[in-house]
Amino acid sequence: MVLIDVIVILFLAAGIFFMFTGVIGLLRLPDFYTRLHATGKCDTLGEVLIIAGLLLYHASHYYHEAPLVPVKLLFLIAFIFLANPTATHAIMKAAYMTGVKPWKLGEERR
Amino acid sequence: MNAKSGKGFGILVTFCAMFLFWLLLSGIFDALHIGAGIICSAIIALISHDLLVKGKGEKMLSKSFRFFIYIWWELWQIVLANFDVAYRVLHPKMPIDPCIIEFDTSLRSDLALVTLANSITLTPGTITIDIKDGKFWVHAIAKKPADALLVDKTMQKKVADVFMEW
Repeated sequence: MVLIDVIVILFLAAGIFFMFTGVIGLLRLPDFYTRLHATGKCDTLGEVLIIAGLLLYHASHYYHEAPLVPVKLLFLIAFIFLANPTATHAIMKAAYMTGVKPWKLGEERR
Repeated sequence: MNAKSGKGFGILVTFCAMFLFWLLLSGIFDALHIGAGIICSAIIALISHDLLVKGKGEKMLSKSFRFFIYIWWELWQIVLANFDVAYRVLHPKMPIDPCIIEFDTSLRSDLALVTLANSITLTPGTITIDIKDGKFWVHAIAKKPADALLVDKTMQKKVADVFMEW
């Protein structure tokens, strides 16, 4: 039990680390497109790692009243992998279509 | 396989997928809930079967198998992508040099294009901006990830292998 708890904590910590770098990227990077790089990638893996930790926790501390919860969490992971890059791409395309200029090296940050 | 039996096959596959999904999400196995699930799945299967199973499902099994193998490579790329972003963001000087690149692919089917677009978005340093007739516009955060798509073309080859569209 203790070993599994340690693994769960590692998963959660890794997830929080990646969400944290996503936030730092959102604040530090110079323009709209590069900020999307930080949020689009870090959020996906951060969320998935956190959900994987929850899944492992639920599966190891077996709850009889809700046996299907790990399956639902697995579905959540699959849908995050599908929806997150698609949403990032949609926001990116909308910005590109409306003429947001990409930042070039050496310019002022916006 | 003629057109009519193809349609029936599509409805059947959609119905089974929807009903399985219903059972897993509801978790209550009495007559009322299962009955409601059957009715709802049937309505959805009749209305929108062509969204899930489009046309003929040729070589679906071997494509699914190749896709399953591809997913593990892709997951590893996602981990690399996150360390890449973390490095660039946390580095005091922020080693970024954004540019927009475009390239052609041999892929034509919607599923293959979506797979490649989402893979590009999830892998190190690149996000898909737009796709038109197999041509991709990609925003890259630095020179190296851009070269990985323009010169090496590892990912295009892998996706083309999965969907057998060279």
